[in-house]
Amino acid sequence: MALLAVASTFVGVADVTPGSLLAQGTDGEAARLLVASRIPRTISLVLAGASLAIVGLIMQMLVRNRFVEPSTTGTAESAALGLLAVTLLAPGMPLIGKMGVAAVFALAGTGLFLLVLRRIPVRQIVLVPLVGIMLGGVIGAVTTFIAYRYDLLQTLGTWMTGDFSGILRGRYELLWIAFVLTVLAWVAADRFTVVGLGRDVATNLGLHHGRVLAGGLAIVAVITATVVVTAGVIPFLGLVVPNIVSMVIGDDVRRGIPWVAVLGAGFVVACDLLGRLIRFPYEIPLGIVVGVVGAALFLWLLLRKGSRAH
Amino acid sequence: MISVASATKRYGRTAVVDDVALELGDVGVTAIIGANGAGKSTLLSLIGRLLPLDSGRIEIDGLDVGATKGDVLARLVAVLRQENHLTARLTVRDLVGFGRFPHGRGRIDAAGRAAIEEAIAYLDLEPFAERFLDELSGGQRQRAFIAMALAQDTRYLLLDEPLNSLDLRHAVEIMRLLRRLAAERGTRVVVVLHDLNFAAAHADRIVAMRDGRVIADGPPASVMRSEVLEAVYDLPIDVREIDGSPVGLYFR
Repeated sequence: MALLAVASTFVGVADVTPGSLLAQGTDGEAARLLVASRIPRTISLVLAGASLAIVGLIMQMLVRNRFVEPSTTGTAESAALGLLAVTLLAPGMPLIGKMGVAAVFALAGTGLFLLVLRRIPVRQIVLVPLVGIMLGGVIGAVTTFIAYRYDLLQTLGTWMTGDFSGILRGRYELLWIAFVLTVLAWVAADRFTVVGLGRDVATNLGLHHGRVLAGGLAIVAVITATVVVTAGVIPFLGLVVPNIVSMVIGDDVRRGIPWVAVLGAGFVVACDLLGRLIRFPYEIPLGIVVGVVGAALFLWLLLRKGSRAH
Repeated sequence: MISVASATKRYGRTAVVDDVALELGDVGVTAIIGANGAGKSTLLSLIGRLLPLDSGRIEIDGLDVGATKGDVLARLVAVLRQENHLTARLTVRDLVGFGRFPHGRGRIDAAGRAAIEEAIAYLDLEPFAERFLDELSGGQRQRAFIAMALAQDTRYLLLDEPLNSLDLRHAVEIMRLLRRLAAERGTRVVVVLHDLNFAAAHADRIVAMRDGRVIADGPPASVMRSEVLEAVYDLPIDVREIDGSPVGLYFR
């Protein structure tokens, strides 16, 4: 993980290597590039990867289904819709305000998903993410239509496809909010595990089920919104990483969170590196690389022997 | 004491629990029996505040179930529903450990660790303690959940058909365990049972329900009578005395 992060800071079009850094000193071109672009990019990759993977873990506990994450519950699409709304109605709003609006939309979208789920008691666990993907499809279609009418399709594209190539110093700091929230999630980890045991068990253990659900969804919505605002949607990450961790060490959230965070960050940094190297000096956006690798891993999780999807 | 005063719960227009008044917890093991849909499980869920009351009042040791803080009640009463569909992948020891949640909000002290080990030992789960729940048989998983309720270390223990999915040997062992809990720890157990003979053999008191009401209540000898049981189950049941205790015969 640490090695990946170091490698990530030294890959790029411009020549930044430990050698060039030493040769040019702290005022050189390489050092300025490192501080303004490369280090922010690596930090934001690590923050986004870790927090989105944890968001997946939390959602899986709250919904009690291992195939949900922001991109299979309409959360990410709702955040993008919110971002579009604020771009049209209040384009001058500061980034943090935009993020707030996106978070409110993400929360509403996820709430809608839970309401739909409550209406149709789903017996098969793979149907739950299907319902979410359909809902996300509807929200996405509305968003695309509006974006088309106002000639914002290209902007929408940058939100829906996670891409870290535009990350510079001063343009990623919102992600520290996601970091704070993941620490909060770690503190509340046991509550999420208990809620994952079901409403009755949670009530029996003296936990206010609704309050934990609301708090968890708020964390999910804000983290999703910050990542969508700064870099764009990274699909499958919150699904693949927690499932792999669960296979090995189980679902105790407190025990799982550090592993999910490290693996999530490592996965994103590696995919970003891959996207930068495949057709160097051009880049493939991270969202696409993660989408392809993540989808393959997701299929493997579904099809593997003993998977509880059957 | 658990006091239930004119408790009513409706689903649509049918009252599943209909104006029930009852005092529970005076003896070690109380069994609630009745046909499907008689309201036994609903009554237990109402007492364990898993369902809200439509009207009436339920108090446990003077605390109103509807108004008392969740963690206060969780140190007083443990309730276990019959279906525990589990998607979370936890080890038996982790699950039992969550029984200590009301006592320390996730922090487990030495007394808590002792309670966890004791609960695991009580249910003969030591060989499976590190196994994940989804790798166990239905009966083992059921015992793990009972162990969690035990680790909660409450005065009142409410169990909804705990013998479901257990084979005969484990069913008998669970009933013996409930007796032991009552004798050794003074736990007041209220248990919904499907099999009236398990109730007759192990309970100190039997509460029989039908159509949301209590229609018979007393020591096994007074409830285990043909005319009472026929009214409860709508089935002629022959009651014989075997080795001094009543046994209902209803297999043909």
